[in-house]
Amino acid sequence: MKRSLLDLPVGQHAEIASIDCERRLSRRLMEMGLLPGTRVRVVRVAPLGDPIELRVRNYSLSVRRAEAARIAVRPQGAP
Amino acid sequence: MSSEASPQVLIVGNPNSGKSTLFNALSGGSAHVGNYPGVTVDRTSATLHLGSEQIELVDVPGMYSLTASSPEEQLAVDALTESNTRAVICVVDATTLQRGLYLPLQLVESGVPVVVALNMMDAAARIGLRVDAERLSELLGSPVIPVVATKRRGLDALLSALEVQLQASAEVSKLAVGYPAELEADLAALAPPIRSWRPGTPASQHRVFALWCLLSLGEDSLRDVPDDVREAVSRIRAAASEGGRNLDLEIISCRYAWLDRAIAETCSVRGPKLSWSERIDRVLTHPIAGIVIFATVMFGIFEALFAGAEPLIASIEAVTGFIQTQASAILPDGVLQDLVVQGIIAGVGNVVVFAPQILMLFLFIGFLEDSGYLARVAFVIDRVMKGVGLHGKAFVPLLSGFACAVPAVMATRTIERRRDRLVTMLALPLMSCSARLPVYILVVGTVFAGQSLGWFSAGAVALFSMYTLSVLVTLGAAAVLRRTVLPGPAPTFVLEMPPYRWPSAGILWINAWRRLRVFLVDAGTIILAMTILLWALLSFPKSPELTEHYAAERAQVLQSGSSEMSKAEALRTLEAQEAGEQLAHSLGGRFGHAIEPVLRPIGFDWQIGVGIIGAFAAREVFISTLGVVFGIGEADEENKPLRQALRDARHADGSPVMTPLSGVSLMVFFLLACQCMSTIAVVKKESGSWKWPVFLFSYMTVLAYLASLAVYQGGRLLGYG
Repeated sequence: MKRSLLDLPVGQHAEIASIDCERRLSRRLMEMGLLPGTRVRVVRVAPLGDPIELRVRNYSLSVRRAEAARIAVRPQGAP
Repeated sequence: MSSEASPQVLIVGNPNSGKSTLFNALSGGSAHVGNYPGVTVDRTSATLHLGSEQIELVDVPGMYSLTASSPEEQLAVDALTESNTRAVICVVDATTLQRGLYLPLQLVESGVPVVVALNMMDAAARIGLRVDAERLSELLGSPVIPVVATKRRGLDALLSALEVQLQASAEVSKLAVGYPAELEADLAALAPPIRSWRPGTPASQHRVFALWCLLSLGEDSLRDVPDDVREAVSRIRAAASEGGRNLDLEIISCRYAWLDRAIAETCSVRGPKLSWSERIDRVLTHPIAGIVIFATVMFGIFEALFAGAEPLIASIEAVTGFIQTQASAILPDGVLQDLVVQGIIAGVGNVVVFAPQILMLFLFIGFLEDSGYLARVAFVIDRVMKGVGLHGKAFVPLLSGFACAVPAVMATRTIERRRDRLVTMLALPLMSCSARLPVYILVVGTVFAGQSLGWFSAGAVALFSMYTLSVLVTLGAAAVLRRTVLPGPAPTFVLEMPPYRWPSAGILWINAWRRLRVFLVDAGTIILAMTILLWALLSFPKSPELTEHYAAERAQVLQSGSSEMSKAEALRTLEAQEAGEQLAHSLGGRFGHAIEPVLRPIGFDWQIGVGIIGAFAAREVFISTLGVVFGIGEADEENKPLRQALRDARHADGSPVMTPLSGVSLMVFFLLACQCMSTIAVVKKESGSWKWPVFLFSYMTVLAYLASLAVYQGGRLLGYG
């Protein structure tokens, strides 16, 4: 079963498997360093539940849940 | 583009990389603000003396990549390919090199001479990050200079590296990212159409441009791209995807692979530790504390704009009034005096009066932005904004709209995409700004004095309803605009959350001052012109009969045997009456009469109509115009004679004009109508065309009329009024 960033518990490390947003957004995410194989972690969820904050390439990036759902990941390390 | 002769150096960088700080440090704060051709993006530049050369340093808006899909994003590439661009300073935040190196890599690849300013070396040292700048510059083939822009460290080394790069001629970059052979074949296939698009550029440039086109073109709104280039790109992209290749991924991941190797070779971290930013964020984005702090900060800004600016605004108005009195004393009575006093001085006053709120708001926004909290504001509130198709960053402009739409419209600049900015700009004038309050107070004091609804005073209920209605209508309008006039994908929310940093007071001040100066010059000219126009409309033509009649009356008063005191009193009354009758005779007054049939269904008469016309200068002018119309002279919203005159006003059939129902209708009208030429002027300036302010004025006026009609006619059907 494919898992997305949304299925990732806060704090768990994972590796990006693929990005399946519309082209402009995918390109932007990739140019900001989110590529297959890049390590990523969900740092926190906004107080109202959306968006979420990611930690990737040593910086923090927030994306909405709708976008996070289209970023597939492979969890790493202990569950 | 400004002048072919003067060589220019661009300064580019990621948002939050300290680019503007470095620009200000290099330019010493002196800069001119212009506009990039064709887009409403400020072009800030400064003259820099380098050895014997004089160069123009251009601050290009922050970006993560040269890849473009909109004209706003395209301007960086356009500036880069201008023939007088001699070099680029690329500012990189040393603490985010793993992503931040992408832009300098792209720039070096393009063949333009680059100097990398490795900024925030102090912050990097604090988190235990070491960067081998020398090795990095060998790998990139361009100088990498460590700097701390806020402390002006490393600037000399940066400038001498720049001097060397200016001597060097643009050459083929030796940097090889190592693209796969099939991609190189695609680039070669694209070269012919690009050669005819960019004749005279070297072949190496064609390959770089081909790379840019492959990434950028398709579903874009870029300008000036020839059709044959577009066709070639879509052919190549189609063939690639048939072969199972994703060109975007292929190009970008090749670059990042190079970058990851370079990082591995040049950067070392001494054990990860929880940064200050992370600790602060645990509080500031905490589910409960985060929201409490958010509300407190927003309320503080709102209170400062609303109440804190008040004394400053009052003193500007007092100074304007003083100058007007002085000018009236010096200049002989007549049209010239009126033009100077009521047209020009009033107009300049109308412009300057916005200065306190604009300065304050931009100091606040600058602080929020530079400290990193603005990104958290967007993070916390985005959920709410998303519901109506707005970006999280629209919140601060919307909130500021409660104080005044003019600085609020200017604040929409923090929103990245033009479409999102326009939706925000066109909805926020519906927020009930502070200039509407005097109108509400006058109406409430006139029609609801002493009445109550259950436990509450009727006036308080009316005021509260106006503010609630304003929020609902603003959000509703944003949602409707997003679906109709400005359709398109809902704004995506991909926002970097920069580490918290303490902003520099100097930079905040320079930036706020720059914003204010642009407003005074650009929007100010329009506001001044409109003030004069409005003055003329409400002053001409004058009726010679009325002038004669009142001259005779005055002579009679002067000859009468009454005391000096009562003479002066009688003269004042005469003057106020004459002003009222002359106003009724003017074009504006006649227009008020002419539109009375339209105003009757919403419960107004011609006098209120004239007030509404006068209120176009600024909503609160409604009251002073009514003062003149009713022959009372100067009046404010607490003025008892004006309230009485309004209560006594009668329609032709003898029914009172101002009833609770027509009062509510009037408040609703003022809430929703765009009775503010300064808003029009600033929307013109910020949207870059007259199309949007005209649209704004039209839709708000129609909305206001229909709402007032519904209130008044609905109320009558229900038996009120």
